Amino acid sequence: MFDLLWLIPALPLAGFVILVFIGPRLSNLGVAIVGVGSIGLSAVAAILTGIEFVISPPPAHAYTLIVRPWMQVGSFAPEIALYLDALSVVMILIVTFVGFLIHLYSAENMIEEEGYSRFFAYMNLFVASMLVLVLADNLVFLYLGWEGVGLCSYLLIGFWYKEAANGQAAIKAFIVTRIGDTAMAIGLFFLFNSLGTLQIQEIMHRAVEQWPVGSGAAILAAALLLGGALGKSAQVPLQTWLPDAMAGPTPVSALIHAATMVTAGVYLIARTNILFTLAPPVQFAVGIIGCATLLIAGFSAMVQADIKRVLAYSTISQIGYMFLALGVGAWSSAIFHFVTHAFFKALLFLGAGVVITGLHHERDMFKMGGLRKQLPLTFWTFLVGAASLAALPLVTGGFYSKDPIVWHAWMAPRGGLWLGMGGLIGVLVTSIYSFRMVFLTFFGEPKAYISKRPTVLIHLPLVVLAILSVIIGFIELPHTLGNVRIFSNFLSTALPAAAAADAAAQGETIFEILCAVITLVGIYVAYILFLQRPKYADDLVAHATAATAHRLWFSGWGFDRLYDKLFVGPFVWVARINSSDVVDLIYSGLAGLAQAFHRMLSSTQSGIIRHYAMGIAIGAVLAIAIMVFT
Amino acid sequence: MPAVPLEHGLILAGILFAIGTAGVLVRRNIIFMLMSVEIMLNAAGLAFVVAGSARQQADGQVMFIFILAMAAAEVAVGLALVLQLYHRFATLDADAARTMRG
Repeated sequence: MFDLLWLIPALPLAGFVILVFIGPRLSNLGVAIVGVGSIGLSAVAAILTGIEFVISPPPAHAYTLIVRPWMQVGSFAPEIALYLDALSVVMILIVTFVGFLIHLYSAENMIEEEGYSRFFAYMNLFVASMLVLVLADNLVFLYLGWEGVGLCSYLLIGFWYKEAANGQAAIKAFIVTRIGDTAMAIGLFFLFNSLGTLQIQEIMHRAVEQWPVGSGAAILAAALLLGGALGKSAQVPLQTWLPDAMAGPTPVSALIHAATMVTAGVYLIARTNILFTLAPPVQFAVGIIGCATLLIAGFSAMVQADIKRVLAYSTISQIGYMFLALGVGAWSSAIFHFVTHAFFKALLFLGAGVVITGLHHERDMFKMGGLRKQLPLTFWTFLVGAASLAALPLVTGGFYSKDPIVWHAWMAPRGGLWLGMGGLIGVLVTSIYSFRMVFLTFFGEPKAYISKRPTVLIHLPLVVLAILSVIIGFIELPHTLGNVRIFSNFLSTALPAAAAADAAAQGETIFEILCAVITLVGIYVAYILFLQRPKYADDLVAHATAATAHRLWFSGWGFDRLYDKLFVGPFVWVARINSSDVVDLIYSGLAGLAQAFHRMLSSTQSGIIRHYAMGIAIGAVLAIAIMVFT
Repeated sequence: MPAVPLEHGLILAGILFAIGTAGVLVRRNIIFMLMSVEIMLNAAGLAFVVAGSARQQADGQVMFIFILAMAAAEVAVGLALVLQLYHRFATLDADAARTMRG
């Protein structure tokens, strides 16, 4: 039963090992075969496992494969064990399949880069770590994957390490996510200390038994895990690393944003949903953070000039939607949005990669334009991706995944008016920046010419992802539009149903119409401002208030500057003060004292014999005086 | 013959010793320093002899002979050093040999 399960993470890992040891000696073709093939086979194994899971579900809809014991320290005995349930099936399918398409694309896109085998080695390790993360049966094993993902993001963001700025972006990503990782590690210690296990299902059972709803321990544990999730998923206040992570090659961005890394936080919260249900304040905070993040990042995305930064901010924003869904208890909606987002965001990044590579690494959208004619297929697939991101009604996957989130945010018992309003404003912002990107890049006057035409290896992933971005929406339709529930029914064995979701479809129609109208308005606004009357946009920016907002949004709401002032500045100050080793002052002081005494004593050795004789005489007199008078 | 009182002898020895010490400390000519050391040795010898006579024992005189032998050896070494000093610095000033200062 599930004989292929262990192969899913093992194959990319094997690919990594092969590429590390003999990669530099292989030809480019050999590297591509190993690098892409390992993920491809892993995807096949994942699909077969998924089919088997659907056809003959294991007892209790969960299957644990214990590979071997890992370590044994007292009662602490984590195992290398894989846990397969509906949630992890969805995750491995997306990670391997989208990962495979991105690898396929990279095989062509990265061919001229130095370090081709190094690139694929890191990419394989990245996918392997992510698979470990989503398949892990205990939190220690999950943490291994979690850190592996962080390491690979560092290596890949700094892939072009010869430029110092790329290295700094990599370090920033590593350090900012590390803040979250530290919180998560403390969370693991706390969970083990209070519940005596780190096996995820066991934790959930014991937590329900031992901790009442809203108890301090549950809140602390959930908050610490949330800290880890915020770092990896780039949510406020730890979102600053993601826009800078664009320093890496475009396929890396696609992999980080679509299939791996940033969705780890969403997965972690969904996986430990019982813990979050036990801690209502923390779950509420998840929703608030998601709502704040989706707005903050959305507004920043509207004003960026770098096409990849637009996509980066849009990722932060869309993950914000997922957090919003998690916060209001719409677990399966969050995962569904993760799935559609994986497809359309990978598609958008790969499309942007074609444009950037074709224009000699030009990323400024204002220097593009009119590429529709030159890259027709890229244009159409990019348009599909952008439409899905903007949640164009009825035909795109993004609509069917985003609309329920907004609806839940407003209607669910844990949601509310403000969260719903935030979601709706986010829909407007999303559609504006999505189509701003499309209009600036592909419409208007041609300002640059493509020097490198994509080949079939690049077109294939684009077309497949475009098709999937559209049809994926039809496996989960709202009550009013066919009420197809394939996805949430499948997940119902792993995740609790959303509260009040099925009780009454109240107001769902209104929300669909509202979302649809808002999206269309957003597209129209983008059309007016950035295609038909660009003068309006210029006039708007010239206005004082708008200019201030523009500057604020462009800099990502000044978070970077705030953190520079708040944390980096004082740290550098302390480091500069301490660069002369404050603690060492004590010891160098002792040494200095000894040296001073030494100098005093050595000055008495004058070389004049009479002085020595005087010393002896005085000493003798003193000695005798002491003997006589005491 | 009336015996010299012990105190007188010891006071004389003390005066001699003080003179010798002062000579060592204030003279710069190394010959005179050597002679002052001799005076100090003899002052110590006088103290031994006076004490021996006061106690009617021979130990004091034994010690004096011992001191005489030692003084002879000391003069031999000391004069050799004086010659070396004179060779090297062409002076008898003890302060000239201050290259050994720390």
